[in-house]
Amino acid sequence: MRFLVMVKATPQSEAGELPSAGMLAKMGAFNEELVRAGIFISGEGLQPSSKGARMSFAGGKPIVTDGPFAETKELVAGFWLLQAKSKEEIVEWLTRCPFERGEQVEIRRIYELEDFAPVLG
Amino acid sequence: MVRDVGVAEELAQDAFVSALTQWPETGIPRNPGAWLMAIGKRRAIDRFRRDEVLERKTALLAPDLTESEDAAFAALDEDDIGDDLLRLIFIACHPVLSMEARVALTLRLLGGLTTVEIARAFLSAEPAVAQRIVRAKRTLSEAHVPFEVPGKAERTARLAAVLEVLYLIFNEGYAASAGDDVMRPALCEDALRLGRVLAELTPDEPEVHALVALMEIQASRTKARVGPSGEPILLLEQDRGKWDHLLIGRGLAALERTEALGGALGIYALQAAIAACHGRARAAEETDWERIAALYDALAQLMPSPVVQLNRAVAIGMAYGPAAGLDLVDTLTDEPTLKSYHLLPSMRGDLLEKLGRFSEANAEYERAAALAQNARDRTLLLERAARCARR
Repeated sequence: MRFLVMVKATPQSEAGELPSAGMLAKMGAFNEELVRAGIFISGEGLQPSSKGARMSFAGGKPIVTDGPFAETKELVAGFWLLQAKSKEEIVEWLTRCPFERGEQVEIRRIYELEDFAPVLG
Repeated sequence: MVRDVGVAEELAQDAFVSALTQWPETGIPRNPGAWLMAIGKRRAIDRFRRDEVLERKTALLAPDLTESEDAAFAALDEDDIGDDLLRLIFIACHPVLSMEARVALTLRLLGGLTTVEIARAFLSAEPAVAQRIVRAKRTLSEAHVPFEVPGKAERTARLAAVLEVLYLIFNEGYAASAGDDVMRPALCEDALRLGRVLAELTPDEPEVHALVALMEIQASRTKARVGPSGEPILLLEQDRGKWDHLLIGRGLAALERTEALGGALGIYALQAAIAACHGRARAAEETDWERIAALYDALAQLMPSPVVQLNRAVAIGMAYGPAAGLDLVDTLTDEPTLKSYHLLPSMRGDLLEKLGRFSEANAEYERAAALAQNARDRTLLLERAARCARR
């Protein structure tokens, strides 16, 4: 099964500040571990919300709102797409992530084809 | 260091259990893999000291016992862990074992599947799987198979045995249909993951990257291969919007690694390159059939199986016209292994239809329909037969 792990934004990430060289190196090593374990499918950093936009759909023309957006802690600053046997395994892997200043991640399971099978009949 | 796979596995389980209980209190060690192995080693030494019956094993460990345990722990690094994992992979796939034994052992030791899960995935009974694993370990032990990475001389052959196991597991998962136990399609994930792990452990082996490429690209089609009623959809008719382009990208990258290592003409490399041709085409009409035909020419020389020849004939028909394809298919009509293969008359019918030879095409489609395994294929073939009968 696959999981999307979202890294929540911080005031620093929203300000477009890049991590320190030390943190980049640790993150690189961590990503390498994920690759070596065969669970890494994809992973990217997202630019600040000031460069993004939101759209809302309520019938008729969707409403477009340009960033930045206020609720920093709810914004996504990066993600991993990982493959593992269970949520517990993902949690174990993320335990080794080098974050150390109160960063937060959210782990969500991806719907797979088998999850839709009953509907398809 | 431990020459008995059964003992090694128990000790690894022990170490893992130990890790699970200790880590919350002591914090994650800088190098968790090394820590696991160190605990395993300490436990192995303890156990052998206790057990007089295993005196001869203690003798094998003697060199380690003279080292202080701290020094042994300090000496461990990522390379050792990679090595241990690689040794385990080679042993689980050892050619002295039957294919079924290799598959069961690989999924148990490396995939982390329980015997129940393996049984469900392969439609077997759990006791049979458990027995198979016990016998496999005994075979390895009786054959004195050493717990080591093969040397250069045997490496290619031994690696071929590993890749065979991984691809078999993948295909078992790939062949799973809509109503099957969810453990079956999960086999594709297991095979892919092990392939990716192996690729990082043996980065200089082109065929390993090639197999990963092949599996990534095939897996990319999972959502497009099955219709709403569970019926199979042929590659050329699939909705390419449902293909996982992330996986195609990964497959193409793995194929590049293969080619950079000079491995473009390996058996998996050629199959991956063919899959890549389809993966790159945004629509069926954009498929580079000439390239696929050339790749099949090369593949047929390494793997002259009738099925490969048939696929080659189809590619040549698409690239150079139906007459060229038909000439080749006609050389296969007497192949004993293709006698009940419905795709042979089906493809022959398709080529005849394109050449305007409708009554012959009709006969071939009817023959194919009679051989078809599932009702949906049969219906489609009879429809094509009827269409030819009207012309």
